[in-house]
Amino acid sequence: MSRPGSSPDEKGVSQNGDPGGQCPLFTNTLNAPVSPETRLLSAFARDTQARKVDLAGREYYSEEGKPFELRLVGKIKQQLSTDPTLHPEYPSSLGLREFTRKATEVALGKHSRAIVENQVLGVQTPGFTAAVRLGAELLRCWYDLSADWCGPVYLSSPCDDSLAGIFQAAGIQEIREYYYWDDKQRGICLERLLEDLESAPEHSVVVLSASAHYPTGADLSQSQWAVITRLITSRRLFPFLLLPTQALCCGDMERDAWPVQHCASLGMELLCAQSFSHCFGLYGEAVGHLLCVLKQNSVLLPVQSQADKIVRSLWARPSVGGAHVVTTVLSNSAHLVEWQGEVKHIVERCMLIRAILREKLRLLGTPGRWDHLTQQGGLFCCTGLNGEQVEFLSNRRRVYLLPGGCLNVSAINCRNLDYIAESIHLALTSSL
Amino acid sequence: MSAYRTDDCQPWVLPVVKKVERLIVEDESLNHEYLPILGLPEFRSAASKVALGDDSPAIKENRVGGVQALGGTGALRIGAEFLRRWYNGVNNAATPVYVSAPTWENHNGVFADAGFKDIRPYHYWDAAQRGLDLTGFLDDLEKAPEYSIFVLHACAHNPTGTDPTQEEWKQIAEVMKRRKLYVFFDSAYQGFASGSLEKDAWAIRFFVSEGFELFIAQSFSKNFGLYNERVGNLTVVSKDNENLTRVLSQMEKIVRTTWSNPPSQGARIVSKTLNSPELFEEWKGNVKTMADRVLLMRDQLKAKLQALGTPGTWDHITQQIGMFSFTGLTPKQVEYMIKEKHVYLMASGRINMCGLTSKNIDYVAQSIHEAVTKVQ
Repeated sequence: MSRPGSSPDEKGVSQNGDPGGQCPLFTNTLNAPVSPETRLLSAFARDTQARKVDLAGREYYSEEGKPFELRLVGKIKQQLSTDPTLHPEYPSSLGLREFTRKATEVALGKHSRAIVENQVLGVQTPGFTAAVRLGAELLRCWYDLSADWCGPVYLSSPCDDSLAGIFQAAGIQEIREYYYWDDKQRGICLERLLEDLESAPEHSVVVLSASAHYPTGADLSQSQWAVITRLITSRRLFPFLLLPTQALCCGDMERDAWPVQHCASLGMELLCAQSFSHCFGLYGEAVGHLLCVLKQNSVLLPVQSQADKIVRSLWARPSVGGAHVVTTVLSNSAHLVEWQGEVKHIVERCMLIRAILREKLRLLGTPGRWDHLTQQGGLFCCTGLNGEQVEFLSNRRRVYLLPGGCLNVSAINCRNLDYIAESIHLALTSSL
Repeated sequence: MSAYRTDDCQPWVLPVVKKVERLIVEDESLNHEYLPILGLPEFRSAASKVALGDDSPAIKENRVGGVQALGGTGALRIGAEFLRRWYNGVNNAATPVYVSAPTWENHNGVFADAGFKDIRPYHYWDAAQRGLDLTGFLDDLEKAPEYSIFVLHACAHNPTGTDPTQEEWKQIAEVMKRRKLYVFFDSAYQGFASGSLEKDAWAIRFFVSEGFELFIAQSFSKNFGLYNERVGNLTVVSKDNENLTRVLSQMEKIVRTTWSNPPSQGARIVSKTLNSPELFEEWKGNVKTMADRVLLMRDQLKAKLQALGTPGTWDHITQQIGMFSFTGLTPKQVEYMIKEKHVYLMASGRINMCGLTSKNIDYVAQSIHEAVTKVQ
C-alpha cells in the first residue's frame, strides 16, 4: 500500500527541515463523489432564477414555504427552558427512560403484549439515521453473539439513498433490492415484491416502510401486509421497519404504526427505527428511537448490553433537548390533543395539495394516470416522470424533483402550484 | 462520576448558558431545518478558533476545518473512522493506534469499533514517582512503527491529571515529527483545567505551529456544562486547503451513515457564546469559576493531608490538573475508603475533585489518612 511521503520529490521536501515540510498525509483521500441529493441542493442554490422551486427537500414546509416549528413545541421549549428542576446530567447511553417508554408505546400501543411480557428494548438515538445505524450494528450479533452475521439486507426499490451506506458502515456488505414501486402501475407491484422475497436466503433482513414510504409515498395495504408477514415468517426473514414520520401519513399515530403493531401481535421479532423530527417539527434536534421487539425476554439483557457497548463508541449518549419536548407532549393528555390538532392540519394540507394538483393536471389534460396522488399519503409522492423528464423540469423550468421523479408535496403552495402543474404538463407533452 | 459539581454538590448550569438558552428560545428568526451534515457552520469555525487561537496562521491559511459531532466521543469516532479508511494507505486497519497507559476507558473501544486491529498502550503514568513517565513515553515514540497514530490528551490528562510540561511537549513533538507519527488530540477540558483557554491549548497550538497535520476531538460538555446536549467538534488541520476539502468531503460521507444531521441545540448555545465578545467574556468567567473551585479543593486537600501528617508526599495533588487526581492509593486502600468510609473512588485511586466540597473535605482527608496509615 502506498505510504505518504514515499515518492522521491516528497522525500526531498521533508529533508529540507522546512517546518511545514511534511507532505500532506491524506494524499490518497479522494474527493468523495457528490451524492445526487447534494448535487440537487447545490444546483438549486446556484440557480438565480426567481421562479425556482425546490420539491426535493426533506422537511415539512408550511404554506409560507419554510420548515416550521409546531406552535405547541415552541411553547413547551419556552417552558422547559425556565424549568428549574431540569439539570444538565448525562443521560444514560440508552437515553431518557421516560422518552424510550413513550416512544415504545407510541409504536406498539400501550397494551402491546410484547411490552407487557418485557420483550421490548427501546433506545433513544440522535436521529433516524442513528437509529438505523444502531439497528444495523445490533443485527451483526443478533443471531449469534459469537459469529458475525453479515447480510444480505433487502431494501425497497427505490429507497432512501443513504440506507445502503448505513448498513455497509456497520459492516454489512451484502445489500440487495426487492421490487417495490412500479412506474407503469403508479403503485406497488406486490407480485414482484413477493417473488424477490421468496428467493431471499433465510435470516435475510428485509427493510420495510411502515407508512409514508420515502421517496414514493406508496404504502402497503393491510391485506398486503398480511401476505408479506406470512412470507416473512415462513422464510424466516427478519423485518426492519422504518417509521420516520408517524402520524403524518394518515393523521393518526396508531394507523401509521399499524404494521409494527401487526408484526408484534404475530409474535415476530423485529427492529423499528423511529423519528420524531417530522411529526414534531424538531428537525434540528435529532430525536430518534430504535425499537427492538424480541422473541423471548431472556435475550433482553444481552441485547441491551450489546446496544450499550455499541452506543458508547459511536456517540456515547444521545442529546436530550428534543426528547424532553416529545416526552412532555406524549405524557400530557391536554398537550396530546393540541399536538394532534396541529398534526391533523399538516396532514389535511398535504391531502388538499395532492387533490388540487391532481385536479390541475386533469384540467390541463396532462397524459398519464394521477389517481395515485390522492391514494397515497404523507409528504412524498412519486410522479412517475422518467430521468429525461425530471431533467427537463430542473433545467428548463427550474423545478427540482428528486432524481427518481419523486417530490415533497408540502413544498407546493398557492404561489407555485400553477407553475408546477404547468411544468409537469410540459415535461410530459413536449417532445424531448 | 465525571461531571462538575458546585460546593453544594449540585450540577451547575453556567449562567451564560442559561442566558443564551433563553435568547435562543425567544429567537423568532431561527430556522428549524435539519443542520447541514457537517454541522452548524458558525459553531464549527468558532470551536476550531477557540482551540487554535484567534490569530492562528493555520486558520488564516484556510487549512483548518471542523466537523460538528455528538460530543467528544462522536468527534473521536468520526476521526478514527476517517483514519482507518484514508490514512497510511487505503483501508489500512493494521496501523497501530497508541493510547496512554492509563487512559479514558472509551479510547480503546472507539478505535477498535472504527476497525483498527492493533491498539497498544504507551507509557505514561509512573506510579512509583506519581508523575509522568517521560522516559518510557519517549521510548515508546522512538520504537513505534512509522505512521503510527498516537492519541494525546491536550490537557488535564484523564485519569491521572498529569500533563507534560512545555519542555516535555517539545521533546515529544520532536520525536513524533521525526518518526512521522500521527497526532490525534483529545481535548475535553479546555479552560476547565487551568482556568485559561490559552494555557490549556498550549500543546495543541505548539504542535500546529510545528507544522503537524492533526485532528483535535473537542468536547464542550465540561467547559459549557452541556453534558446532555452532546456538543463536540472534530477540528482538522491540513497541509493546505485542497487537502482540507478532500478530507471534509470524506468526513461528510462518514457522518451521513452515522447520525446524518447533528443536533442543533448545544451547537447553537456554544456558537452564540463564542461568537459574541460579551458572552465570550462571560463564559470565560464562568469557566474560571469552575476551574478555581477545583484548584481550591486541590490546595485544601493537600494542606489537610499535610496537617494530619499523612505519610507520603502529596504534592502531586496540586501538581496534577483538571477534574481528576490519581491519589496513589492502593486497591486495598481504595477498598477501605469505599467500604469503611463510604468515600467512592475508582479502583485505580482516581478521585473526582469536583466531588469534594467545603463540607466534606475534612472527612475525605481524614479518610485518606486512615486508609494510608491502617491499610498497606
